[in-house]
Amino acid sequence: MRRNSIMEKKNRKYVFTKKLDAFFIGLLDASRFVGLYFKEVFRGPFEFTEFKKQCYMMGIKSLPLITLTGLVTGIVFTKQSRPSLQELGAVSWLPSLIAIALIRALAPLITSLISAGKIGSNIGAQLGSMRVTEQIDAMNVSGVNAFKYLVVTRVSASTVMIPILMMYFAFIGLIGSFINVYLGENTSFVSYFQEAFSPISFLDVLTGLFKSIAYGLTIGLVGSYKGYNASRGTEGVGIAANQAVVISMFLIFVEEIIIVQISGWIRLAQF
Amino acid sequence: METNLAIDISDLHISFGEQHILNGVNLSVKKGENLVVLGRSGSGKSVLIKIIAGLLKPDSGKVITLGKDMNTINEKDLRLLRQKIGFSFQNSALYDSMTIYDNIAFPLLRNAKKYTKAELDKAIIGALDAVGLAQTAQQMPAELSGGQRKRIGIARTLILNPELMLYDEPTAGLDPITCIEINNLIVELQQRFNSSAIIITHDLTCAKTTGHRIAVLLDGKFIREGSFESVFATDEPLVKQFYEYNFIN
Repeated sequence: MRRNSIMEKKNRKYVFTKKLDAFFIGLLDASRFVGLYFKEVFRGPFEFTEFKKQCYMMGIKSLPLITLTGLVTGIVFTKQSRPSLQELGAVSWLPSLIAIALIRALAPLITSLISAGKIGSNIGAQLGSMRVTEQIDAMNVSGVNAFKYLVVTRVSASTVMIPILMMYFAFIGLIGSFINVYLGENTSFVSYFQEAFSPISFLDVLTGLFKSIAYGLTIGLVGSYKGYNASRGTEGVGIAANQAVVISMFLIFVEEIIIVQISGWIRLAQF
Repeated sequence: METNLAIDISDLHISFGEQHILNGVNLSVKKGENLVVLGRSGSGKSVLIKIIAGLLKPDSGKVITLGKDMNTINEKDLRLLRQKIGFSFQNSALYDSMTIYDNIAFPLLRNAKKYTKAELDKAIIGALDAVGLAQTAQQMPAELSGGQRKRIGIARTLILNPELMLYDEPTAGLDPITCIEINNLIVELQQRFNSSAIIITHDLTCAKTTGHRIAVLLDGKFIREGSFESVFATDEPLVKQFYEYNFIN
């Protein structure tokens, strides 16, 4: 009953202005969509086959891009940080600096931004195209729960796969950093990783994981919402894919600021 | 409540924004009857069958589909009801990432009891046979012609043995020979399964071949209803134009 969407209810006088009303109505519509996801995800039966397929598409198919980006980030970040540390006579801090930066901030943020582009746009375009060609209506009208089959599986897959990709990114980033350190200082693999992991706390890992779970959920929900509610033919599909990326990125930055602030308070309370 | 009506609609209203699409529509379709709905583009014909299938919710009015009140039906019952409704979309709406076999198996695997591979094969080949396209099972929708896609769309709805078929422009964009094939298929399916149907079309040959009764929708209301001959025995300009365009021009 997508068309029950409150966006399409008519003949109402504006409470604020036309645009402001549309914004709040859109917000309410989106929160209903999120609510429906949480309602459906815990109600059986779960579409495991489609979920596994989506995990494969989002995870395995993203590996080349994540590998390249992680490796380049590790190498470049290490190379750019070395001169500053050299000035302070603290080159030995390089592994721990890179590890903290990667696990606390860079890996979750870069992985999710890449995923917003790759996975978010893909979900938006796929579902948008299915909406405008009436494939979603066809599913619903044959008695299949299209929301569960299409949205729940995609959002769940991105929520599960983005944290895994984040951990993989951090590992590859550290490998890249090690390559650079090895070429500069001839440090051994074991001593590099001992140095790298020594300052990493459980809270760092937990924060990184929590961030990437939140970003994965955001990317999946925004992409699905935009695609599932696409209209106006092929133009609408383009808009859905584009907005899936732009809004996901915006929300990821907002969440980043909030989570960093909260984890900062927790860190302060610990010491 | 047992009734002889497959569809019973009274005082149905729906509008999108400022645009009033349906303005007090009243309609009933008997079990085993094929009703053809004629009307200009944008007159709300497709909206009407989407309301009947529960894809759209009306602003007001009563819609009873196969004995269920669409205003009060819950999600679970709606899903069960939809298994008795076949909907043939204007652009076929085949799942383009699946083979034809998987397209047809899709509603079956998600709705009904567990099937063995042999039972599934038999049901799918049976549905494909009914539309004369058994050889396309392993092809992708993109590899088929418009007419073939339309017939596969109908086969997909047949797999659940629907009591009610809703056809949205079944012959739109097809060549005359394929149109005849689709028209004959609609009649044949109705006779074989004794299902009811609403056929939305602009094509009067389709209307004449497939419809037991014709209804003309204008400005959100049905302005004429009856047999093909009686509907066109009028001086109403729009109805005359329809007839003249199809049979004289």
